[in-house]
Amino acid sequence: MITIQKYVRAQSLEEAWQLNQNSRNRILGGMMWLRLGRGSIGTAIDISDLGLDTITEDDEQFSIGAMVTLRDIEKHEGLNAYTKSAVSNAVNSIVGVQFRNMATVGGSIWGRFGFSDVLTVFLALDTYVELYKGGIVSLKEFAKMKYDNDILVRLIVKKTPVKIVYTAMRNQRTDFPVLTCAVSLINGEYRAAVGARPSRAILICSNEMENAGAFAEYVAKNVPTGDNLRASAAYRTRLVKVLTERAAAELGGM
Amino acid sequence: MEIKMKLNGKNITAFVDADTVLLDLLREKGCLSVKRGCDTSNCGLCTVLMDGKPILSCSFLAVRADGHEIYTLEGLQQEAADFVGFIADQGADQCGFCNPGMVMNTIALLRENPDPTDDEIRAFLAGNLCRCSGYDGQLRGIRSYLNFRKEGRV
Repeated sequence: MITIQKYVRAQSLEEAWQLNQNSRNRILGGMMWLRLGRGSIGTAIDISDLGLDTITEDDEQFSIGAMVTLRDIEKHEGLNAYTKSAVSNAVNSIVGVQFRNMATVGGSIWGRFGFSDVLTVFLALDTYVELYKGGIVSLKEFAKMKYDNDILVRLIVKKTPVKIVYTAMRNQRTDFPVLTCAVSLINGEYRAAVGARPSRAILICSNEMENAGAFAEYVAKNVPTGDNLRASAAYRTRLVKVLTERAAAELGGM
Repeated sequence: MEIKMKLNGKNITAFVDADTVLLDLLREKGCLSVKRGCDTSNCGLCTVLMDGKPILSCSFLAVRADGHEIYTLEGLQQEAADFVGFIADQGADQCGFCNPGMVMNTIALLRENPDPTDDEIRAFLAGNLCRCSGYDGQLRGIRSYLNFRKEGRV
């Protein structure tokens, strides 16, 4: 279990950022790893009071605060109308309702966990993260960045016209995924985000899709996979092909 | 640290460490329906309602409950009594260890969706693990209750 020496409810992002510059301190997300994690936190910094638990929507974008829960995005009508329920489909197999009422979007995206359904689905959309000091960077870039002491404030999803399909392979519902896959078409560009490889999700893009099978072949060639206790690299590569082809076909890729 | 919260309708004050989990505080306060199961946010045995939403108290810091309203099964027995008999009639309670968490999450389900389909029940209760029953008994029990409520018969 993770032990905590001190708990502080930050009253501003600046206060949270200052505290977070000490490497022993940590910003709290949903704390879903509290019991499975190890080590000691000097000061646990809670940003729950900073109004980051809402989703706002205007004509151009969705703005998703870091403390918005996975259950919030699962049920958000605007976000799911825009993505034809791809966001809901991406998170509704994550453990259970109680878990999703606690796990935060900020924690999931900041963690850049290999198994993350959340990172995978947002990578396939026109998504940016707002960092307190680092400003706004594309999620594609953020997914490659190393961990630092900045704070993820919110996720910004541009309302660029999109078609997107989300799919994942699990050995059983509510378990970690063996592979996650989101295929989208944005501004004439076909995107395949593949996660649980088992490393962090990556994004493969192409300006053309001859057909779903050919696109899936292309994606599978460019997605490195690895072994872990859930599946071998060879099995995952096979899954990349199958899931990408299914999603691309559903997207309308012949 | 001192925290104040409403527990089962009563205002309480408690002194907790920074890393005390809500589960431990609730059991210390006599809410023994809240069970320690997997202790890793997976099994749903420790489910309580915070501000009406089901959460896992094993992975929730007690300090984060400061200023919030918590309900355990001890405070919702009347609401639970409406349907638990139907679940018992199906023999679904068996060892009984998962029941409080399952009942708490069923309360949350029925508040949010008073007339769920079987698939909606399965999806909502997917985070409640039971090693005895295979889940069909609970589903039959909830379905019986819903049928009774709607049509006056099981």
